[in-house]
Amino acid sequence: MSEGIGAPVKRKEDKRFITGAGRYTDDIKLENQAYAAFVRSPHAHANVKSIDKSAAEGMDGVLAVLDGKQLTGDGIGNIICGWAITSKDGSPMNMGAWSALATDKVRYVGDAVVAVIAETKAQAKEAAEAVVVEYEELPAAAHIDAALAGGAPQIHDNAPGNVIYDWEIGEKDPTEAAIAGAAHVTEMDITNNRLSPNAMEPRSAITKYDAAEDHYTLYTTSQNPHVARLVLSAFYAVAPEHKLRVIAPDVGGGFGSKIYIYPEEIVCLWAAMKTKRSIKWTADRTEAFLTDAHGRDHVTTAKMGFDASGNIVGFHVSTKANFGAYMSLFSSAVPTYLYATLLSGTYNIPNIYCEVLACYTNTVPIDAYRGAGRPEASYVVERMMETAAREMGKDPAELRRQNFINEFPHQTPVIMNYDSGDFEGNMNQAMEAADWAGFEARKAESAAHGKLRGIGMACYIEACGIAPSAAVGSLGAGVGLWESAEVRVNPVGTIEILTGSHSHGQGHETTFAQVVADRFGVPLDSVQIVHGDTDKVQFGMGTYGSRSGPVGMSAIVKALDKVEAKVKKIGAHLLEVTEADITIEDGQVKAQGTNKALGWHEIGLAAYTAHNLPPDMEPGLKEGAFYDPLNFTFPMGCFICEVEVDPETGKTEILKFVASDDFGVIINPMIVEGQVHGGIAQGVGQALLEEVVYDESGQQLSASYMDYTMPRADDVPSYDVLHHNTKCTTNPLGIKGCGEAGAIGSPPAVINAITNAIGNNDLSMPATPSKVWAALGAAKIAAE
Amino acid sequence: MHNTTYHKASSAAEAASLLSGADDGALLAGGQTLIPTMKQRLAAPSDLVDISGVAELKGISVSGSSVTIGAMTTHAEVASSAELRAVCPGLADLAGHIGDPAVRHRGTLGGSVANNDPAADYPAAMLALGATIKTNTREIAADDFFQSMFTTALDEGEMIVSVSFEAPEKGAYAKFPNPASRYAMCGVFVAKGAGGVRVAVTGAGDDGVFRSADMEAALSSNFAADALDGVTVSPNGMLSDIHGDAAYRANLVKVMAKRATAAA
Ligand SMILES: Cc1cc2nc3c(=O)[nH]c(=O)nc-3n(C[C@H](O)[C@H](O)[C@H](O)COP(=O)(O)OP(=O)(O)OC[C@H]3O[C@@H](n4cnc5c(N)ncnc54)[C@H](O)[C@@H]3O)c2cc1C
Repeated sequence: MSEGIGAPVKRKEDKRFITGAGRYTDDIKLENQAYAAFVRSPHAHANVKSIDKSAAEGMDGVLAVLDGKQLTGDGIGNIICGWAITSKDGSPMNMGAWSALATDKVRYVGDAVVAVIAETKAQAKEAAEAVVVEYEELPAAAHIDAALAGGAPQIHDNAPGNVIYDWEIGEKDPTEAAIAGAAHVTEMDITNNRLSPNAMEPRSAITKYDAAEDHYTLYTTSQNPHVARLVLSAFYAVAPEHKLRVIAPDVGGGFGSKIYIYPEEIVCLWAAMKTKRSIKWTADRTEAFLTDAHGRDHVTTAKMGFDASGNIVGFHVSTKANFGAYMSLFSSAVPTYLYATLLSGTYNIPNIYCEVLACYTNTVPIDAYRGAGRPEASYVVERMMETAAREMGKDPAELRRQNFINEFPHQTPVIMNYDSGDFEGNMNQAMEAADWAGFEARKAESAAHGKLRGIGMACYIEACGIAPSAAVGSLGAGVGLWESAEVRVNPVGTIEILTGSHSHGQGHETTFAQVVADRFGVPLDSVQIVHGDTDKVQFGMGTYGSRSGPVGMSAIVKALDKVEAKVKKIGAHLLEVTEADITIEDGQVKAQGTNKALGWHEIGLAAYTAHNLPPDMEPGLKEGAFYDPLNFTFPMGCFICEVEVDPETGKTEILKFVASDDFGVIINPMIVEGQVHGGIAQGVGQALLEEVVYDESGQQLSASYMDYTMPRADDVPSYDVLHHNTKCTTNPLGIKGCGEAGAIGSPPAVINAITNAIGNNDLSMPATPSKVWAALGAAKIAAE
Repeated sequence: MHNTTYHKASSAAEAASLLSGADDGALLAGGQTLIPTMKQRLAAPSDLVDISGVAELKGISVSGSSVTIGAMTTHAEVASSAELRAVCPGLADLAGHIGDPAVRHRGTLGGSVANNDPAADYPAAMLALGATIKTNTREIAADDFFQSMFTTALDEGEMIVSVSFEAPEKGAYAKFPNPASRYAMCGVFVAKGAGGVRVAVTGAGDDGVFRSADMEAALSSNFAADALDGVTVSPNGMLSDIHGDAAYRANLVKVMAKRATAAA
């Protein structure tokens, strides 16, 4: 079938995006609209001594100048983290208070202190500059080591030593014993660099308050409008859930950063009620750098033990994770259940132990960013495997092959139960496409023109389809992670799918429709995907963690099952055959073995006219379903990267990048390939280019594109994207998910290639020309 | 952006008088530096005097080896001038690698030289070519013009009209772009002309563009890349920032100088 599952159909949504007809939050203009501007802390850590609003209040166009005392006075609650993590000693995590407008203390540069509401954006900004905040500066801790050092500045009173939690997973003693008895132990210090998400569309909010109805509306750049509404109501007490409508219209990229509810949305909703005006705020790029939740920022020491024949016997990992100044919505889960549970990688590892020390610093909050925890895990595991192979004089591919998990289901020592895969199949496919065997000849060619060539591999695995509700509930999640769907067949036979997933670049309007087209043989254009509006769509959990395929589409499949059952009943009744004789194909309801058939639209019409339905059948054709996954899904793959380094400048060029992924069943190969391209570009960005840098006083030195290096077209190679898929056994479509894989598998592949080229394993991301040049110098000194 | 009053000048004289009549005015050339700075509210001129419509400030003229380029000539025009390329390909190549196409079609030589960004490309060329910067009141030698980063010999209200130089016998520019901004992390222009060899370095110094006497001496006796092998570039006086430390930049100075020499 040309438009069904597996067809590379063009994206339905692209017409409006590429013709400039997309409707993003900032495109919306409401009646009676005013603008908000925020006064932000220029200090990383300071007491707020006083706020003088008088000059600002008297300025042209100013409607209100609002501060944190007014906000808390009106009963607006603190921003929370929704996943409770328990420390080794059984104590709960230390969550410090986060008010949407700081009341007595600021904790990072960019912390919002005052909101100015004015008739125009320029007036709001002008008046914001006239607000005088008197600060008493405090010493700041901008980095993990500074925050955890004795005598470090205390960032939150209830987090002594700035520790949020000290958590562990796995069996400590057996792991240490296994490593102590190992024939070879590889030990590495590994840093995962801090990243800024940089969605193309900055965050934006526009709010409306209807005094007659006592009703609120929020248009915002969200990946999960229902979760936003829930949190805004239940925790921040901005408005009751039934009096708040949250709409996430077209959203230009999220990468995790638009999961969370930020101070600006809260303040704009509250200010709409206070001023009885609609209020718009859109971040400029500087605000995005200063306030969007960052990603990664781990420092890890890892030890991996091998027996004499190269089998892994134990893996011990100690990680320190930076949380920034406050705990963002899912922050606590990222370096724990989304990280340490993937430390078995694709390997049989009998003993794993991981401990994670989470700390506050005077920096922007850190939360999930494309991959969230899994890139950090894959980076640790895959750098360790590569380095271990080099140390033991083994071929890195063979060391991996020897340790691969080959039987499924496989229970790892760190919770996860892998359902399916053929790890060797992916590796073989990638090695062949990369001409792994011919590398030495190419290396000699590079050497002849003064360049250093290197090849590196990564065999990542990750967990998607987040997540079985009861399981995550037992691990501390404050929410369930199921998904919902409603299928509405209209009287004329067209179909609307209401989904709790949210598309912000993923192409759901196309792929979700393909699932329906595949099921009933109806034209793709007769299916409309409705999402992103809490007034239209039933409660849903949104899009992150590559869950829209495995979880969101599974909910649609469940609802389609119910529709199909009813259609068959109606068809059997009208065609006067038994239900078992009915088949649905090519948009027709057919009675098998006869030439009797009904057009799809005739079923819709019959359902809604209700003139002739089976006895006791309700009119209409609309079914809903909630799908709670049975397990995570486990996309995996083998990435091979080949680079050339210019030894004079340290500049790396990626010559070849092969990705062989196992994504289970693929709905639209073109869209999947796009997801892989984007993921690898972000992974290459992390490996070679991107890093948020803070100085010791907590000023961000990389808060513009003059200093933060986003990958450009000429930084990334032309990718070879291949598949060797095995079906996921735990969801109805057999989908594993593909949204984050590229970003998860590529950083170790790139770094393994560069370290191979330069002959020095001691290299951290981003491998900028200056760092690679320095590492080359160090390697030369070591050799002399 | 703060409020500002926009004027469009039709002659250099009108521009000068509009500027002197303004409270705190600024010339607007391509706007590629000034407008972003204003949008970030870091600059707030009371008046903008747009000189993009002033014909006498535009164009490239080559007579024999004498080259004059008007201040309002865009990077794209410099890059694509066949006349210029015939006598000084190094400068055309330099202009062709500034920013992106949008920047090259708006940004001007005069704006870049006036701004004297420590990582800009043109200052290295002007210094190495021994150019003369002509303003509405006088002529200034490049050696005197570029004083320190973002600082030039221009007086308040003084306007660059054009730059002139004698095309060198050999000349080329090698640039190592900053990974983020793609301005020069280190750019070296090497020129061998009637007045001898001149080597100018941008991007790497901690106080803007500078000439390297050691490299000039080495290349004067032997204009070949190898001649620079024996030159040691000290990290002292080099810029250290999040993109690279002084030692790395010192290394780049030598590597880029060798590449420019080889290309010249
Ligand atoms: C994305 C981007 C990338 C860039 N990359 C590079 C790069 O790789 N290399 C590089 O060198 N530059 C780069 N630039 C800067 C670019 O070359 C600018 O065009 C240049 O610095 C300024 O020229 P302009 O004509 O835009 O000047 P404007 O922005 O209009 O003016 C700059 C300053 O010069 C003054 N001025 C302008 N004309 C005159 C004059 N005739 N006399 C006296 N004062 C005058 C103005 O008042 C202002 O103070 C980049 C810019 C951008 C936006």
